[in-house]
Amino acid sequence: MKVLVAVKRVVDYNVKVRVKADNSGVDLANVKMSMNPFCEIAVEEAVRLKEKGVASEIVVVSIGPTAAQEQLRTALALGADRAILVESGDELNSLAVAKLLKAVVDKEQPQLVILGKQAIDSDNNQTGQMLAALSGYAQGTFASKVEVAGDKVNVTREIDGGLQTVALNLPAIVTTDLRLNEPRYASLPNIMKAKKKPLEVVTPETLGVSTASTVKTLKVEAPATRSAGIKVKSVAELVEKLKNEAKVI
Amino acid sequence: MAILVVAEHTNAALAAATLNTIAAAQAIGGDIHVLVAGAGCGAAADAAGKVAGVSKVLVADNAAFAHQLPENVAPLVAELGKGYSHILAAATSNGKNILPRVAAQLDVDQISEIIAVESADTFKRPIYAGNAIATVQSSAAVKVITVRATGFDPVAAEGGSAAVEAVAVGGDAGKSAFVGEELAKSDRPELTAAKIVVSGGRGMQNGDNFKHLYALADKLGAAVGASRAAVDAGFVPNDMQVGQTGKIVAPELYIAVGISGAIQHLAGMKDSKVIVAINKDEDAPIFQVADYGLVADLFEAIPEFENLV
Repeated sequence: MKVLVAVKRVVDYNVKVRVKADNSGVDLANVKMSMNPFCEIAVEEAVRLKEKGVASEIVVVSIGPTAAQEQLRTALALGADRAILVESGDELNSLAVAKLLKAVVDKEQPQLVILGKQAIDSDNNQTGQMLAALSGYAQGTFASKVEVAGDKVNVTREIDGGLQTVALNLPAIVTTDLRLNEPRYASLPNIMKAKKKPLEVVTPETLGVSTASTVKTLKVEAPATRSAGIKVKSVAELVEKLKNEAKVI
Repeated sequence: MAILVVAEHTNAALAAATLNTIAAAQAIGGDIHVLVAGAGCGAAADAAGKVAGVSKVLVADNAAFAHQLPENVAPLVAELGKGYSHILAAATSNGKNILPRVAAQLDVDQISEIIAVESADTFKRPIYAGNAIATVQSSAAVKVITVRATGFDPVAAEGGSAAVEAVAVGGDAGKSAFVGEELAKSDRPELTAAKIVVSGGRGMQNGDNFKHLYALADKLGAAVGASRAAVDAGFVPNDMQVGQTGKIVAPELYIAVGISGAIQHLAGMKDSKVIVAINKDEDAPIFQVADYGLVADLFEAIPEFENLV
């Protein structure tokens, strides 16, 4: 079966971002960008499904600026077969992204679509669920285990109190949680080979999708900073402070 | 203008996060209706009717809603939600699972994890693992929003007397089925609602050593959490993870033991009122946010701490 994986170019997770002085957003100039960590897990899962003989083709798709081709090449080096970039310079909201992905799903007709559970920049955790709603497919969010069995996929999900397993009819949407797998590294020969794999570039207009949004960001501020604390010398002093100064125990 | 709050519940009882979500609805202003969708959820609906500030409870009691499968619940919420100005749910794993599906069905954007209400259409939410706070404005006809519980003080669970009304909408979409679940059993307070949280990280070295934290937590009446490192190493189950991708907590007191304090962990706990860090590495980033820091070996400090409280 064909598997579609969506990946996003985001600021690297180790970067401590800074808010711009004019409060228009965060400063992303000259900041290291990477593939969203949850998307890496999604690519890895697709590659493992292919290695098990479950998946026959892996198509990786990204929506973003021209530079997002780097993340698509990374996915190709990890084992994806071909890539699609929906090029858009604007920062798009989850619903617009879900609509664009729906257009790609309609064209590619994958049996399984794997996304990360959330992007570490916007922290929305929406796109997979929205894509499922738009395409009318079942959704297995926050997956820590994915097993394809015939025309169904069993997904074990991380929920607040533990784990839940659901059986979904295919085609279906799965979003990855951290514990689904440990993503591999791309080897140098594979990085070289990935340069020759096909990468198609389309635009929202050619897909016939409007990316208008009902939500706009008015400002972005730095969070309130905590006042500096003190270092105590002993456990006794710590307990004394917690009892008498902070009065929390 | 009326607001629909999708209740988080266990069929038998209302989850605490619903009370925080209702508080957010009060901050927006308007009549507050609570939807309880489940199977055999009469007790949860009765509890919702008693919550202060709720004017009506809608009960959708149907076997198809038993395990909150989004394929079944989202169409119900979208159908009922059309007549409301806002649809709110707690940003729990359930709320996050269902609400974006509702928003897409209504063809509107969703606003995730708000921590403050500025006005009926303007909200604040954290982005970049809490390193920036965005103020966003929605022009959607129906504003679909998930609420971070720690951003709002809960409303009183008693004192209301709302009418309970049954609704017969929706059923099994036939796309998904519940297979089973494995819930972690714990007698300690729930992590997201606890007044005191004691968390362990990689410094705990193994799962067995968490017994020291459990002993201290039991003395303090605290919940026990963990960093991603401790979960990934298999010390404790993943539902104990505090952080950007785990649970968000804001207790009165957060005690971080053997946790370095990575950005992703801080995202889940830096709104705690008092933070204590116990770590043998005096350069650990956790000390930059801790009100009280103790540079010490946790295996000596924790038993001593336990003896002193």
